[in-house]
Amino acid sequence: MQQEVIISGFGGQGALFAGQLLAYAAMDSGLHVTWIPSYGPEMRGGKARCTVVVSDEEIGSPLVRRPSAAIVLNIPSMEAFEPAVKPGGVLVVNSSLIPQKSERDDIRVVYVPASDMATELGNVRLANVICLAALVKATEIVSLDAIKQALEDHLPERHRKLLSLNFEAMDRGAALVDAASSGTD
Amino acid sequence: MAVEIPEDMELVYSYPESLTKVRTHYCPGCTHGVVHRLIAEVLDELGVRERTIGIAPVGCSVLAYYYFNMDFAEAAHGRAPAMATGIKRVSPDKVVFTYQGDGDLAAIGTAEIIHAANRGELFTTIFVNNAIYGMTGGQMAPTTLPGQVTTSSPTGRNVQTAGWPIRMAELLAELPGVAYVTRQSVLDVPAIRKAKKAIKLAFQTQLAGLGFSMVEILSTCNTNWHMTPVEALEWAKEHMVDYFPLGDTKMTDAVRALKEGK
Amino acid sequence: MAKELWEGNAAIAEAAIRAGLEAFFGYPITPQTEVLEHFSKRLPELGRVFLQAESEVASINMVYGAACAGARVMTSSSSPGVSLMQEGFSYIACSEVPAVVTNIMRGGPGLGNVQPAQGDYFQAVKSAGHGDFHMIVLAPSNVQEAIDLMVLAFDLAEKYRTIVMFVADGSIGQMMEPAEMPPMRPVRPPEERAEWALTGAQGRKPNIITSLYLGAENMERVNIRLQAKLREIEKNEVRWKEYSTEDADLLLVAFGTVGRVCQTVVREAREQGLKVGLLRPITLWPFPGQRIAALAEQVKGILTVEMNAGQMVEDVRLAVEGRCPVRFYGRMGGPIPLPDEILPELEKLNAEVGGEEE
Repeated sequence: MQQEVIISGFGGQGALFAGQLLAYAAMDSGLHVTWIPSYGPEMRGGKARCTVVVSDEEIGSPLVRRPSAAIVLNIPSMEAFEPAVKPGGVLVVNSSLIPQKSERDDIRVVYVPASDMATELGNVRLANVICLAALVKATEIVSLDAIKQALEDHLPERHRKLLSLNFEAMDRGAALVDAASSGTD
Repeated sequence: MAVEIPEDMELVYSYPESLTKVRTHYCPGCTHGVVHRLIAEVLDELGVRERTIGIAPVGCSVLAYYYFNMDFAEAAHGRAPAMATGIKRVSPDKVVFTYQGDGDLAAIGTAEIIHAANRGELFTTIFVNNAIYGMTGGQMAPTTLPGQVTTSSPTGRNVQTAGWPIRMAELLAELPGVAYVTRQSVLDVPAIRKAKKAIKLAFQTQLAGLGFSMVEILSTCNTNWHMTPVEALEWAKEHMVDYFPLGDTKMTDAVRALKEGK
Repeated sequence: MAKELWEGNAAIAEAAIRAGLEAFFGYPITPQTEVLEHFSKRLPELGRVFLQAESEVASINMVYGAACAGARVMTSSSSPGVSLMQEGFSYIACSEVPAVVTNIMRGGPGLGNVQPAQGDYFQAVKSAGHGDFHMIVLAPSNVQEAIDLMVLAFDLAEKYRTIVMFVADGSIGQMMEPAEMPPMRPVRPPEERAEWALTGAQGRKPNIITSLYLGAENMERVNIRLQAKLREIEKNEVRWKEYSTEDADLLLVAFGTVGRVCQTVVREAREQGLKVGLLRPITLWPFPGQRIAALAEQVKGILTVEMNAGQMVEDVRLAVEGRCPVRFYGRMGGPIPLPDEILPELEKLNAEVGGEEE
């Protein structure tokens, strides 16, 4: 069983770090995983995107044109990857910054007002982990606990004071999916 | 070969151990042999031959490794300072020197010498400046004098199109990593004696770990200058010394203390 | 040692350190700068030599010098920087000193871009510099293999007193994968350096390291010796990996990143009923031509896939010698060919050779 996730946004939105968290969690769950960024010459403000492939067997291509899931953090990412998600896949949309709705009826779309929720928690940069928690909940690619453990194990020392805030953000992101699956999707 | 010296006699000359006993390929009248000999005497006097590593350039002295009796490497054209950097960094207890000509050091290898000097690399450069490309047959060098005729400046070096001769000793003196830079000559006996002292101080600078050291040596190329050896020495004194003044261009206080302490 | 998530470039650098690297000389260039940065932190910590040179020309000549002195040494760069080093490759090859160079290849020609590419195959394999010589060329396709090959690179360089080039495209350098580092080998003490090295002529005759041999016969003698060594390397050091070739009717040949992409292609093609196998060269020189020739007797057609305009495919054709059709698919300047572009090429080849889908 293989799942491919693309996480995409502006530089600074934490798309690459969210992907790394997923990769660590997958590795620590005993799965094969690849994390690959797309990169450009600019240091800040450009596009930031990574592809994470998680599988229970050796991974061939680390890149896919059509992922089984995606997190889109801004409008250009929505335009690029909403059509790309494989039928039956999952799309997590940062609805704080993306006003449009998906017209796909063959994928599961989860709208997460992640930037607003993050601001409410006191740090807009938490939007990435809110979306990641929603994605993990919707895809079951790894457990949410594995993501939390990965964060605890790999968060840089200078950010450690933000650990509990990150956990809170993740719980809120995951709760949205729980609510959505019991209500109207 | 130990030679027995009678009691009433004194040994005043012997062949330096740091030179091999072979005939060189240098032209009759060439000053490379003099410079080789001075380096060899200094290394003997310092007792470091067995831990010295030399680097030969591309140019007339490309075969210098046959004439020095010590470990030697042959560099690509101009790259001797980079090679010396590599050697010295992994063998800091060795004495390392580059032997370079004007084309090698002041044209194709300008970047390498400037950056090695600027890093204060702990090796010594012997820079032989004879204002011409000798090995390739007498073309214009970066140090060719204005108006000087060479096979690639047949009407004389035109500074409007070919630029000016580069004064490397002055240029390197500007760099903080440089401990000792001097310009000497081998154009007559007093000059040769002074040049030897400078070479010795340069190696002592290295041994004391004080920074980069270089001795530029004004030399001749009677063959490509189309002169007799004596004419060449006179021509160099008359023309080269004006443009390339002799003397120290950089001596840090530490090097001066080292010199005066001797 | 447990698996950790390693970024390719950092993994390459750390593996070299574990292999006993004594000195690194290099110059920053994307997409390999993380290699240099990892060394800049780790080597001084360990009391070893790190130096950021003024250029790639200087870097390779510092490597040349340190190699002459008998130290384990390497440099690293990306395509345009590697072009600048080619002078040094030739001198190192002729002088027969061991050195390792990595090329984290990017798009070209010219300044190109910083995207992954394999356009330097010819340069690495066929035209590393002036004169007759080859470098051993190692091409990993994942982070673990990059680590393992980095260690091998030093062993081969010293075993054959030659230059070993490690080529990875930018995506291997930038990607992260779980991988296991080898244990730290002790650094060789200076007194144990090779007997040919420049260590000072104490109680022995001087050692001279040169690539200058005046006289036609002298130079030819050196060439004959170098060629004999290369034949020995060809005999002993060819490496490759095969996937599902036992019953294959069609063969993919691909290296590096596109080599692993083709693993996915094999899986998907077999789901469609196409009996496809993959041969992934690990040494680009020496090339696994004999094995490809043997497989050419078995399969009906070969598709070579590269991130260039078709370079390795020439070596595949030389090996196959017309035994079966050899076709090519490639992308240039950055795009990585993906399974959905490669599969139709396989289908075309299958139709051409009269194969059927089961």
